[in-house]
Amino acid sequence: MSKRTVEYKISRNPEMGTDFMPAQGLMAPTDMVEPRFDSENMLINVGPQHPATHGVLRLILELDGETVVRCEPNIGYLHSSFEKLGEYRTWNQIVTLTDRMDYLAPLIYNCAYVMAVEKVMGLEVTERCKVLRVIMMEMDRIFSHLLWLGTWAIDVGAFTPFLYSFQEREKVYTLHEAFTGARITTSATRVGGLMSDVPEGWTEGVREFATGVIKTLDEVEYLLSTNAIHLGRTQGVGAISAEDAINYGFSGPNLRASGVPYDVRKDRPYYDYETYDFEVPIGEHGDCYDRYMVRMEEMRQSVRILHQALDRLPGGSVNVDDPRVVLPSKTDAMNDMESMIHHFKLIMDGLKVPEGESYFPVEGSKGELGMYVVSDGGSKPIRWRVRPPSFVNLSVIPKLVEGGLLADVIMVNASLDIVLGEIDR
Amino acid sequence: MSVEPRAPGYDGVTPEDESEAGSTRGPVMPDGLDRAHPTPGALVESFGDAILRHEVMSGDEHVVFVEPSRSFDILEWLRNDPDHLYNYLSDVTAVDFGGGRPLQVVWQLYSIPYRRALRVKAELPLDALEVQSVEPLWKSANWLEREVYDLFGIRFSGHPDLRRILMPTHYAEGHPLRKDFPLRGRFSRAEQTRRALELNADDYYVDAQRGPGREPQLVEWQELGGEPVPVEEEPESSSTSQSSDGSEPA
Repeated sequence: MSKRTVEYKISRNPEMGTDFMPAQGLMAPTDMVEPRFDSENMLINVGPQHPATHGVLRLILELDGETVVRCEPNIGYLHSSFEKLGEYRTWNQIVTLTDRMDYLAPLIYNCAYVMAVEKVMGLEVTERCKVLRVIMMEMDRIFSHLLWLGTWAIDVGAFTPFLYSFQEREKVYTLHEAFTGARITTSATRVGGLMSDVPEGWTEGVREFATGVIKTLDEVEYLLSTNAIHLGRTQGVGAISAEDAINYGFSGPNLRASGVPYDVRKDRPYYDYETYDFEVPIGEHGDCYDRYMVRMEEMRQSVRILHQALDRLPGGSVNVDDPRVVLPSKTDAMNDMESMIHHFKLIMDGLKVPEGESYFPVEGSKGELGMYVVSDGGSKPIRWRVRPPSFVNLSVIPKLVEGGLLADVIMVNASLDIVLGEIDR
Repeated sequence: MSVEPRAPGYDGVTPEDESEAGSTRGPVMPDGLDRAHPTPGALVESFGDAILRHEVMSGDEHVVFVEPSRSFDILEWLRNDPDHLYNYLSDVTAVDFGGGRPLQVVWQLYSIPYRRALRVKAELPLDALEVQSVEPLWKSANWLEREVYDLFGIRFSGHPDLRRILMPTHYAEGHPLRKDFPLRGRFSRAEQTRRALELNADDYYVDAQRGPGREPQLVEWQELGGEPVPVEEEPESSSTSQSSDGSEPA
């Protein structure tokens, strides 16, 4: 890891002397001024309310001059105990909780959760549902990376890419809304299928977005990739070796930026990802710039997957043909005795998942998102655990920033692409 | 992923379903060892009795139950053995089944070189909730174990910094993800409100400054020319730190 040290420390400037006191009136009243200002390390809080922490993250930094001596992340401000809540919800009700974790890529979480439950049930979803879920997940990967791109650019001091990327995000919001009725809290999936089939014209909308986003990416890359300020602030900053990145549990783009080609879509394929033609970009130095480059390339690869998935999208039903899992149509429930019973049982009891457990990892936008569900055969889980990629990624931040500059903390934090809703859960 | 399609019944799995679906629950070690995954067999050869049983869940997920006292050795072997190299620790978590049954600690391992996953479990009886930390092996375990400690109350011996992470530092109601923990907490709403109003932000500040192996950084009040503040009931909260005052040199 490359650590920068700063030679010049303002607190040790000989001209100031050791009894230097800040000018009166500029600071708090005299009795509040710290008497030992000279060569002590300084503690500062970054956050919890700070735009560059991307959420309610609090970093306690111990500074020697401008060099970070110690960094301690303090989390839990958003803790809502989703996992505990899940134990009091039926299997399908938990879907609503999943998109509140990562509100930047809600559909990935929706899909990952039901995939884990379906695996415990041994349920094979329909081909159309599979492809639609791939489309949804890849769309939200771009969706999440675009937010990262915008905030990253803001943190580096560029405002224009933020506007460009949020303009593109708006199109995904519209697609979310057209499909699910909600822009962020989508809750689009159900065990055994989707809440509904996608509306007419939706796939054309996705294709339009997938085509258009490339142009935006080109524009942003033109602005950032060779920009001197951007390079200066990101190259060689917050670097981590491949070995350390694995040991520290990095996943997703952060891990790949260090040169480890671990992508769940390739290594533990689900939903026929092995049949899609796409590359896994990896970095070389593991610094902030490589993490930027990996995510930029990943969006382009997701666009490739999107086009392929849209091409192969078959017709048919999105739900499995099993009345014990999926609600019957309203017409059937009103006219057919059997369907009415199924409807009643599903609504009153919820569907039953056989005894068993599954850890189902998918490649989320932030990294390896694992859903671990344990069932005792009832209509509620014994345990529903989310392996939170941002949580593990954030735990590395002390290693990345210690020894660096205070200004680099902002860039490192931005490069990790965290979402506090999922860290605190 | 070769999961055999199996329709679920209303009452969970019936015995007929079980036989149809093949080995949802694998046979008990070591007779009917599943050869599809090389690690469980190798583990039995190396550790013998410390490997309690081996199950196959959901078609292709291999679970190995180990003796809690030997868990560290087993995990270290799994990480370092050249034929297995589980170098990536995806997750550390725990499962509480309730009803006084033992808590399960779950390690989700993945071998990036061999593209192989393995789940290791250790069952801890409720009166001995302690297991050795794997933080020396995988740094990713640091926060994950802290979370398990916070939410389940399982102690990880040898962990460098075992503190609460998601819940507040002074949270007094126990460990929320335990089955005996009521959804709304142990205290009444009134008590919760009373405690919330009594919170002193300084306590949190001082606690957060306390790093591994460090003493809390207290300000000598007299040095600042102020009056000493009477000590509260809890000795920890007696700190009178008023700001980010001079910390100990690193």
